[in-house]
Amino acid sequence: MAEIRNYTLNFGPQHPAAHGVLRLILEIDGEVIERADPHIGLLHRGTEKLIESKPYNQSIGYMDRLDYVSIMCNEHAYVMAIETMLGIKVPERAQYIRVMFDEITRILNHLMWLGTHGLDVGAMSIFLYAFREREKLIDCYEAVSGSRMHATYYRPGGVYRDLPDKMPQYLASDFRTDKELKVMNENRQGSLLDFIADFVKEFPKSIQQYDELLTDNRIWKQRLVNIGIVSASRAKQLGFTGPMLRGSGVAWDLRKNQPYAVYDQLEFDIPVGVTGDSYDRYLVHMEEMRQSNHIIKQCVNWLQKNPGTVMSDDHKVSPPKRTNMKDDMESLIHHFKLFTEGYCLPEGEVYRAVEHPKGEFGVYLISDGANKPYRVKIRAPGFAHLAAMDEMVRGHMLSDVVTIIGTQDVVFGEIDR
Amino acid sequence: MELWQAFVQILHTLIPWLDGTVASILIILIKAIALVMPLMLVVAYFTYAERKVIGYMQLRIGPNRVGPKGWLQPIADALKLMTKEIIFPTKANIYLFLLAPVLAIAPAIAVWAVIPFDEGIYVTNLDISLLYVLAIGSIGVYGIILAGWASNSKYPLLGALRSASLLVSYEIVIGFALVTVVMIAGSANLNTIVQAQQGGIVHWYFIPLFPMMIIFFISALVETNRAPFDVVEGESEIVGGTHVEYSGMTFAVFFLAEYANMILMAVLAVVMFFGGWHSPFEAIPYFENVFAWVPGIIWLLAKTTFFMFLYLWVRATFPRFRYDQIMHLSWKVFLPITIIWIFVVALMTRLQLGPWF
Repeated sequence: MAEIRNYTLNFGPQHPAAHGVLRLILEIDGEVIERADPHIGLLHRGTEKLIESKPYNQSIGYMDRLDYVSIMCNEHAYVMAIETMLGIKVPERAQYIRVMFDEITRILNHLMWLGTHGLDVGAMSIFLYAFREREKLIDCYEAVSGSRMHATYYRPGGVYRDLPDKMPQYLASDFRTDKELKVMNENRQGSLLDFIADFVKEFPKSIQQYDELLTDNRIWKQRLVNIGIVSASRAKQLGFTGPMLRGSGVAWDLRKNQPYAVYDQLEFDIPVGVTGDSYDRYLVHMEEMRQSNHIIKQCVNWLQKNPGTVMSDDHKVSPPKRTNMKDDMESLIHHFKLFTEGYCLPEGEVYRAVEHPKGEFGVYLISDGANKPYRVKIRAPGFAHLAAMDEMVRGHMLSDVVTIIGTQDVVFGEIDR
Repeated sequence: MELWQAFVQILHTLIPWLDGTVASILIILIKAIALVMPLMLVVAYFTYAERKVIGYMQLRIGPNRVGPKGWLQPIADALKLMTKEIIFPTKANIYLFLLAPVLAIAPAIAVWAVIPFDEGIYVTNLDISLLYVLAIGSIGVYGIILAGWASNSKYPLLGALRSASLLVSYEIVIGFALVTVVMIAGSANLNTIVQAQQGGIVHWYFIPLFPMMIIFFISALVETNRAPFDVVEGESEIVGGTHVEYSGMTFAVFFLAEYANMILMAVLAVVMFFGGWHSPFEAIPYFENVFAWVPGIIWLLAKTTFFMFLYLWVRATFPRFRYDQIMHLSWKVFLPITIIWIFVVALMTRLQLGPWF
């Protein structure tokens, strides 16, 4: 008699649901998964090593490219590590701007998560509805940093520049009539803050739409409820953070538990799940978007009332004003030193972590006193989540693997680094 | 109807030198072409409609570059697929690999032979045309199973297995659902079934057979591998299922078969439950006369279009079922309901209930 073996299926890296370059070796018995072996490293770019060879400021851009859907949160952890080492104080307005953009990033990430998760489970339209809102937030990125994705907006000592007074508008083109153009530019008449305030007002309606489309949808529930259950204690053991941990019912959020920036002055709640299945994680993500919206609203209010500087005036770290450089020798020297040699960090080591949309994103930085780090270790939340893949998919069916990849919200920029 | 007979008359006068047999074969051929050509055109433009409709549902525009408003898009797609290379996977059985698309499309078109488009407009009139539809329609699954097997590849094999089990379960459900129609109409002839629904909208079978109509429509989605039951293709799970290894024209043939089947199922739903070619305004005073000039085929096409639209609407709305959940739906939900409804219908027939019996 022929030997009966399980079927080995190579899932990815060229797979529509691989979220980039995930490669899973699945051992399946019929459609039931016996074992899943995630292979990573296909997007390895050596970020940590590259950072070792550049002055500190030049590595902020590498942070953008780690988790490329939650860009500014990555930067936040890195600049916080540097600021802690240098012991510089960041102006409060810059802190608020950072928090506001952290939360915008969280919404960006969660919308991307919602869209791709929907797509994985087979709901096509939600993807495009999510991208409709993402587009507006990406425009905010573009307004402050000039770049739609890789912003490099946070700098040690503050943020690169203050929020623009004028929101960029759509231009006339052959493909749209004047009337359409007017509608498109309707909420872009004022400053960036006005635009964000308008967005914050409208966004709950969009979440309502997503809710109506998915939350009570029987098929959506059938596909998510009781899929990939992780108990609270097991989630802690596996090193889960972020919505993955909160979905299992552990109320752990660095924004509350180890407040950084101005999170301790803002009012928001941490949603937690009950059973720790994919549906709970979905609900947690949805609620987090509402909470982020609430935080953004508070930040906009504060920022509208409190103008001020957004960059530390320690010119060893932050570039001096362009006008000062024209007639002040010291400013010129500062500028030259900062953009050639950079600045040196005192000898020592530091770990700073932020509540990234996917979990705890940490930067562990060791300095030997030079103008570049001796070693940087990045703690990517997705890595720990992906490591639990095998445990989560065992005994589920092939279609559930896709659901679980979706619910884990893996992005290979940060996992492979 | 008169038009069709006039057409046949003209054919006979044009070719008087032929004897009866050759002439009738020729007429059958012409009838077949007169059916298949428009069908293929409808299939092509159904893909265009699908992309447009779903596009607008998803805040997009859909194809709008090839020709005015993108009207030439299906032609461009067809040309592209025809000129593409057909790639045979190594170690695939080429004969089976090429037989599979043929097996998929042949039944999908052959079934159309018994569909009545209007009073007297059909290619052939079988007394057991409903059985013919079920029998020929279920051959189509061999195409998909064979495609999965002949590709000698893992994802297609999974798709083929899923397809085989789904099709078997849902053939049973569809069979039972249609038995109720036969019970009411007292005939398995599609023409007779439509004629039995004459006399206004209340005579249509969707009223006494409402649950059967819903079940038939859902089962039709499964039979044609459409979202939310498209596990056989399962784009995000098994990448494209049985279509993974097919390219160029071989793929296009599968595509045509799928869409021809979709339209067929829509037509069947109309014929079985929505009065076929009968006007919805029949037996309604005033309106009956206003719309009296509309030929029956237009009503049939209009109702069919509505069902085709439903396919697209459902696709844009729902997430995909898991394969075991579809099986659950078939065996534990639909099958009991259909069997119970057979008894209900039997009772209704016995009691001579309503205007239907």
